[in-house]
Amino acid sequence: MSAAITVENLSKAYRIGLKEEIPDTLLSAATSVLRAPLKNFKRLRGLDTYSKNGDAEDIIWALKDVSFEVQEGEVLGVIGRNGAGKSTLLKILSRITKPTSGRAIIRGRVSSLLEVGTGFHPELSGRENVYMNGTILGMTKREIDRKFDEIVDFSGVEKFLDTPIKRYSSGMKVRLAFAVAAHLEPEILIIDEVLAVGDAEFQKKCLGKMQDVADAGRTVLFVSHNMQAVSTLTDRCLLIQHGTNIQDGDPRAVIQKYLEAPSHQQGAYSNNPSKDGPRVIRADVVTSEGNAIHQHGQPLQLRFLISTPVVVSSASLSFQICDNLGRPINHIWTFDSERPMCRTPGVYELLSVVPRCRLYLGKYTLTVHFGEGPGGRKFETIENVCPFEIVMHRISREFPWRPGTCAYVEDFEWAIRHLGDSPCLNSQSGEAILFAT
Amino acid sequence: MSSALIEPEIDRPQTPDAANIATDVPVPVTVVEPDSAWSFIDFHELYQFRDLFRFLVWRNIKVMYAQSTLGIAWAVIQPLFSMLVFTIIFGKLAKIESDGVPYAVFSFAALVPWTYFANSLTEGTNSLVSNANMISKVYFPRMILPLSAVLSKLVDFSISMVVLAGLMAWFRMTPNWGILALPLLIGLMMLTAAGLGMWLTALAIQYRDVKYAMSFLVQILMYAAPVVYSVSIIPESYQWGELTINPRLLYSFNPMVGVIEGFRSALLGTRAMPWTEIGLGSLTASVIAVTGAMYFRRKEQIFADVA
Repeated sequence: MSAAITVENLSKAYRIGLKEEIPDTLLSAATSVLRAPLKNFKRLRGLDTYSKNGDAEDIIWALKDVSFEVQEGEVLGVIGRNGAGKSTLLKILSRITKPTSGRAIIRGRVSSLLEVGTGFHPELSGRENVYMNGTILGMTKREIDRKFDEIVDFSGVEKFLDTPIKRYSSGMKVRLAFAVAAHLEPEILIIDEVLAVGDAEFQKKCLGKMQDVADAGRTVLFVSHNMQAVSTLTDRCLLIQHGTNIQDGDPRAVIQKYLEAPSHQQGAYSNNPSKDGPRVIRADVVTSEGNAIHQHGQPLQLRFLISTPVVVSSASLSFQICDNLGRPINHIWTFDSERPMCRTPGVYELLSVVPRCRLYLGKYTLTVHFGEGPGGRKFETIENVCPFEIVMHRISREFPWRPGTCAYVEDFEWAIRHLGDSPCLNSQSGEAILFAT
Repeated sequence: MSSALIEPEIDRPQTPDAANIATDVPVPVTVVEPDSAWSFIDFHELYQFRDLFRFLVWRNIKVMYAQSTLGIAWAVIQPLFSMLVFTIIFGKLAKIESDGVPYAVFSFAALVPWTYFANSLTEGTNSLVSNANMISKVYFPRMILPLSAVLSKLVDFSISMVVLAGLMAWFRMTPNWGILALPLLIGLMMLTAAGLGMWLTALAIQYRDVKYAMSFLVQILMYAAPVVYSVSIIPESYQWGELTINPRLLYSFNPMVGVIEGFRSALLGTRAMPWTEIGLGSLTASVIAVTGAMYFRRKEQIFADVA
């Protein structure tokens, strides 16, 4: 085994736009108009020139001194928050852009998949686009000829092969594009968040394909926000933060580290109290890992603040947990008759605890309903708030967890008995035994 | 036990296993690093991507007149109408000298190479900007884009050549042995368009000003070439103070002068084959193409960042 990819002190600087001075007098406005071409020229020329010290205030380092190696046949996951530099890293390794300093040595034929359907032309037919896209991704015409039927089969758009793809639905386009990408056979495959597009079915297909690629012994570099995919597919994981790799090693440990890092994203819903009527002023999901990530099996807390300017005789609040397709998975409620609330004006806190969250891995959101009891008014329905994710990476099972398998996992028990030595019981006695139990 | 027995059905198509990858082929090693050296065209790499090259040329041709009723007829209409306008204004009204042949065929013989040049230059200049999305998502030798634009315009050119042949038959004109030089002239015309195209497209992706300048640049270039007039109206000597200069010689450095006069010579027999103009024009075209390719290669590494 030798290193398929060696990255040495890779850095990449980008120039960002500085705030422009806004002219405040007619004269300065006129001079700024006259000076604009020169300023624009300096700015545009500056896009690719950097001063040697590199500390100018309008320069940001998307990557700074990143070094690592990927062995042949290894599947490396790259994780990090948005803007951490993952995509820049992949762009450099795919030779789309040059590093500012440092270097990367790549041994083998590379195919990079930073987007599905690159080079698709709306006026061309499905068939023609398969060839177009395939050659762009580095396949030869002969290779595509050989795999054409397979690609078409995989995409499931046989009937529309000779229709211009501008008449395709977006789903069909994505399927066709992925079908082409799935039949690449490079020695090194670089994939960026491709799994984030398409419906659940499609994502499942992608993950299956990824598994195959990994099993086939190819070197894969895989960027994803799907922690589950990263932990099941990769052998090793790299965490990038602010352009530097801060941890490299066993996927579980690295994912754990990533999840613990504080996030600036606020997943909670909030609204101002109103004099007009009762309102939900805050809803949040308290997750076990923080950052809206929850470990399957851990207690899940849901916190609501409601305000009412008037007395409500029979208030009720309920919420549905919906999966990423918007399908409600369960419904949890509380009524004034069971637990009194809103009987005087003011703000109330409602805390709901699911002792053992059995939701299957995936992304979920809440739909909150606030109103009166049967036959009463409905104050508010808030849809698609408080996104959170269920992960199962700390629960091990002989088969990896795959997304979309089910909606939730029940507690279950099994009993298995040995019913005899012969595996070929004749049917009558076999039935007899079964019925006898 | 197969996982299918216990796992819910997940569609997993067959992947050819790793053994399919030929192991005896030497593994290509790529080094990605910031480079600042000037480099010339990487022909080897262009050859490796020949299929993509072919498909891009073919795509350009295919989508050029997509969803238009007249389709490829547009390739003919454009030079034909220019010819009509020029014949009326410059031929009939201004009575511009046309080397003893009907003005219509005189101007059309120039418009065929000129339209090719103008269109492939415009197309080549736009090629990077209009494919910016592709540039930022996948690697391939960027030079394929302007080159495929220049190549795909040859289809229009061939069709207008047929129309030109028809026009010559109408005026009962026969080409002379000079047509043996036509491939050379076509080569020179393509080299000029490609060279200038590489310069302009590499500039255009960083400075969109080029896009706005294009339409009048092409117009100015047209009057700088003998499209509507004959080279014979350019004087051979001109007194400028103490200095005697030869404007005709300077003029001949424009590669399109040699091309257009060469077309007229071969097809209409207006004059002897203008070897001086062709020679000087080739010199200019080569300089433009070589510097254009170098500038393009130099800028290539930042295309994805500025696009």
